[in-house]
Amino acid sequence: MSELREQIQAIIESAPVAVFMKGTPQAVACGNSDRALKALYALGAPVTAVDVLPDPAIREELSALSGWPTIPQVFVKGELIGGADIVEELYANGELKWKLENALGDAAHAGTVEVAVVAA
Amino acid sequence: MRAALEAAFPEAAEIAVVDRTGGGDHFHVTVASPRFGGLPLLEQHRLVNDAVAGLILDGTIHELRITTKGTA
Repeated sequence: MSELREQIQAIIESAPVAVFMKGTPQAVACGNSDRALKALYALGAPVTAVDVLPDPAIREELSALSGWPTIPQVFVKGELIGGADIVEELYANGELKWKLENALGDAAHAGTVEVAVVAA
Repeated sequence: MRAALEAAFPEAAEIAVVDRTGGGDHFHVTVASPRFGGLPLLEQHRLVNDAVAGLILDGTIHELRITTKGTA
């Protein structure tokens, strides 16, 4: 396994909520990444964001790990939840809140936003 | 795009493809199929992603929105 893939996997496994996105929470570079973030923010989810744009290899390694082709990708406690459409729909029907609380307990609404950086 | 979806979902009650920007690379697809019934949303979207995987990998699809509906 490549070092980059190991870094990505470590974030997926360790972050309560990992969001692989285009841009950063401070400068979102894609409408879909924005939609996913907004749903998570609305629940006060503790977000760890990773920008995939600095290196195409990040997205390649991520998709190889997750089996999911598009960005964003949202993981809760290591489990792929989905992209923007799924996260929005699960937010709207209440399942996202349930998943977060079920997986994270009291930390589900910590409201923190962190940025993690991976590099080859 | 539509051909790939029709090939993958011959049983679909509805297949809609909207070119969101007119540029031929930002799409919103809607697929209604009995195959989605009972499947988690993630797996429903995975089936659609798989159907158009080639178009995502070769860069034809720059952005893909997916709506899936389970039909009886």
